[in-house]
Amino acid sequence: MNGIHDMGGMQDMGQIQREENEPVFHQPWEGRVFAMNRALVAWRKWNIDAGRYGIELLPPADYLRMSYYEKWLTRNLDLLVKSGLVTQEEIESGEPAPGSQRAIPPLTAASVPAMAGLRGNFMRPDAEATARFELGQQVRARNINPVGHTRLPRYARGKKGLVVRCHGIFVFPDTNAHFLGEQPQHLYSVRFAARELWGEDASPRDSVNIDMWDSYLDHA
Amino acid sequence: MSAHDHHHDHQVVPSDPALRTKALESLLVEKGLVDRAALDALVDAYENKIGPRNGARVVARAWVDPAYKERLLDNASAAIAELGYGGAQGEHMVVLENTPSVHNLVVCTLCSCYPWPILGLPPVWYKSAPYRSRSVIDPRGVLREFGLELSQDVEVRVSDSTAEVRYLVLPERPAGTENMTEEELAALVTRDSMIGVAKVPPPRGGRA
Repeated sequence: MNGIHDMGGMQDMGQIQREENEPVFHQPWEGRVFAMNRALVAWRKWNIDAGRYGIELLPPADYLRMSYYEKWLTRNLDLLVKSGLVTQEEIESGEPAPGSQRAIPPLTAASVPAMAGLRGNFMRPDAEATARFELGQQVRARNINPVGHTRLPRYARGKKGLVVRCHGIFVFPDTNAHFLGEQPQHLYSVRFAARELWGEDASPRDSVNIDMWDSYLDHA
Repeated sequence: MSAHDHHHDHQVVPSDPALRTKALESLLVEKGLVDRAALDALVDAYENKIGPRNGARVVARAWVDPAYKERLLDNASAAIAELGYGGAQGEHMVVLENTPSVHNLVVCTLCSCYPWPILGLPPVWYKSAPYRSRSVIDPRGVLREFGLELSQDVEVRVSDSTAEVRYLVLPERPAGTENMTEEELAALVTRDSMIGVAKVPPPRGGRA
């Protein structure tokens, strides 16, 4: 989706606002939203790509206005209802539906250190796929404009680059976000010269590396 | 029916995110969907245990141990796991080495991807529209805003984290640190230098 989230290359967003000694969470509720998100992901009702797409679905004005964790909160309310974990009525009343069964949380305090620590939740899919490209090859990013989720940023579409790293096989977000399957495929780091992306005014030395799935690329 | 709806409208959907969060947490706990103690443990982990000091230890080790540095550049996830770090949002790590001629800078233009296990949760500016939008088109201007002016001879490489690979910049070891211990070096390493928006400052009293 050509949404507001796809910001690479925009120039009117103002100065970068830095904060000295910034706390991890500015308000206690932000930490609760962060933690609830992690705990809810453990239900495996949605995946990381669906989660990102949920934020992309926010209306552009809200996306720019809301703080980071307010976006997460809004997205999670939406995913909770869509996934059936919670009903809209329950969110509105703040109470479980009369007679509903109490569930057992999949994430307990005891399992938090393992999750936050050495065991990650996004593993490479155990799958085979053929790599269409190899290190050092010239490629061109496809010019696609899907209305759903994609991780091919607009500023790279149609541009020519060089495969500088092969990352192995990863889940394809464009389908996974819509629960249409993982479509495991090779992922590459592709180097685009700054001048290829931004024209002759850009530095002749500089470049942008973008992680690109096999399906995003053509031979060039 | 409408009276019923009205009653609900007043009771819920408070616009204040703090109130909405509190209401949601009670509901999820009541329904058994989340465990309150697990939420406490998660907040504690990211507030107190997981942060840029982890990354600083990785960088300091690479500075003092050439064999470790080689392993780090070759297979970052494994080398970082040697120091006990890994986990959510750090499963597939790549380390980018800054040198006198190449400067790496990391951004996520599409959202806010960041290597949590070694840098903690990202600062607000990293997730903000100004940084995400401009880093790819004007990295030198962005670096200037952070107080870093790079010569035109230096190659600036921006990495846009569009996938599940997470990037850590291995900054240059500053001059004047030859006699410092690994621990002292780790104390010098800043979060910003591991994102690539700054260099590691020389030790106080020393000169770069």
